[in-house]
Amino acid sequence: MKRKNNAKLQNKIAMITIYCLVGTVCLILLGILGYILGTGLPHVSWHFLTSESSSFQAHGGVRDQLFNSLYLLVLTLIISVPIALGAAIYLTEYARDNWLTNLLRTMIEVLSSLPSIVVGLFGYSLFVIKFELSFSILAGALTLTFFNLPLLTRNIEEALRTVPATQREAGLALGLSYWKTVYGVVLPSALPGIITGIVLSAGRIFGEAAALIYTAGQSNATVSYTDWNPFSPTSFLNVMRPAETLAVHIWKVNSEGLIPDATLVASATAAILVIVVLIFNVSARALGNFIYKKITSAR
Amino acid sequence: MSDKKHTHTHQLQQASRETRHEWYGKTITLASVVGIIILVVAIIYFIGQRGLAAFTTDHVKVTDFLFSADWNPLDGKQYVGAAAMIVTSFLVMILATLLAVPFALALGIFMTEFTKKRLTKYLQIMIELLAGIPSVVYGFLGVTIIVPAIRTIFGGAGFGILAGILVLFVMVLPTITSLTIDALKGVPAQYRQASLALGATWWQTTSKVILRAATPGILTAIIFGMARAFGEALAVQMVIGNAVLMPHNLISPAATLTSQLTSQLGNTVNGTLANNALWSLALFLLLMSLAFNLVVRIIGKRKG
Repeated sequence: MKRKNNAKLQNKIAMITIYCLVGTVCLILLGILGYILGTGLPHVSWHFLTSESSSFQAHGGVRDQLFNSLYLLVLTLIISVPIALGAAIYLTEYARDNWLTNLLRTMIEVLSSLPSIVVGLFGYSLFVIKFELSFSILAGALTLTFFNLPLLTRNIEEALRTVPATQREAGLALGLSYWKTVYGVVLPSALPGIITGIVLSAGRIFGEAAALIYTAGQSNATVSYTDWNPFSPTSFLNVMRPAETLAVHIWKVNSEGLIPDATLVASATAAILVIVVLIFNVSARALGNFIYKKITSAR
Repeated sequence: MSDKKHTHTHQLQQASRETRHEWYGKTITLASVVGIIILVVAIIYFIGQRGLAAFTTDHVKVTDFLFSADWNPLDGKQYVGAAAMIVTSFLVMILATLLAVPFALALGIFMTEFTKKRLTKYLQIMIELLAGIPSVVYGFLGVTIIVPAIRTIFGGAGFGILAGILVLFVMVLPTITSLTIDALKGVPAQYRQASLALGATWWQTTSKVILRAATPGILTAIIFGMARAFGEALAVQMVIGNAVLMPHNLISPAATLTSQLTSQLGNTVNGTLANNALWSLALFLLLMSLAFNLVVRIIGKRKG
């Protein structure tokens, strides 16, 4: 009788403990979000978003950092999506159970678990030192590609695996080549999942800083937003210029602390960063579903 | 007549349009795959080559590097002892993970074993949000919330190991939690039903049947969390104080391998001993990352 009561008591204690721990995590998250948005948002103004950052005075903005973050994101996706798509198609459609597939899976696992600072250092030694690109958007985008490839490949692979085998069989039965089946039948039906995967990886790229501090650099060149010639050194589109992103900016103002309103600038930047990442995370699925409805007759 | 026959066989011997499509597709997908393999080999080769330079060209002793805590590479090769940073990295990683595991288990059990669907959905979103917040933002929160709190409670500067542990705790929590949830979901429902049918309480079932069955998966989750904690750079660098000292208490300032790399690489000249020594730290990080991978693989094999 006593043992039974003990078990029941333990049961109760365990349940209460679990509720407490889960509650604590909820509070931590709400606290984090509340703090970032509460302290940062009031400082985010049109002036903050559209003026240049200052290196030692107060009241600087983040115009260039915001543009650099978006530009790096777009360039990284342009480079990494085709490669990840190719690798994912190979893994889901062509890969046999052999040494090459095994090697590839191991390599993707290794790459995805590498600390981003190590990937950044590789980019630094290869692009900045060996190819003498100096700190540049190009070096940053290529390094972010390396950082992004494993996760994106896995996301796209999962999306491709949700397409039923019967769809492939139907394509092949029409006399199409396997490749034509893949891009004419499998890819369109996996497209919503692929888009979701790409947007999710975009959130990760947008917030990454460790891979960028020694590749895209920690400073900005003066740029002109009216110069549309990407080969002109002062153009905002020039990929050979150094570029500090929002995430790097937070790190930089905090570790150097040269500007008097460093905490304010950092908290406002953090608020922008978190909001953009939240938008990416929330919109990822919504966008996928929307596209699915657009391209199919499902309503 | 004979001419027509000739072209006919010729066409049959030729690859059809569909076959050529197939070659085309196979080639471009294979090219991406080979590209990724070359990339990883190149990373290991480059970091390896630069990381070994301190040992091969500057003749630093490997034993000194691993076991001496004398870190002052500007003064010569006797002062390239990374032990303080290695110990700090491991200490911070282990304590942050230990702190996160109970929370991750509670969240995992709550989400898989309790049947409150709506609450589960909100928690899922919450874990994804925690995972999505960029690491510099965590570092910034550490600087503005955790460091001043430690300063008021324990005195001192506030920057130090404890701040690093608390920041990493929040960062590894979503990693460990989501993988733990996967592991718990993988336990067949019959196990639970059988145990409950024997008269076991909910907690007896959960702790002695479900958690035990999911142990390999949970271990994998913990290793992934440890790998993230070990490799995280900027957030830790922002709060740990960046002083290469052997940790003697939890609030003393210290430096991890990653924090030293991020804060010092820009201050050294390429090719000097001080620079090579930093690359050796990067090599150590790379080898640890490979080791984590290996452990995950071994656990996975035993599970299968």
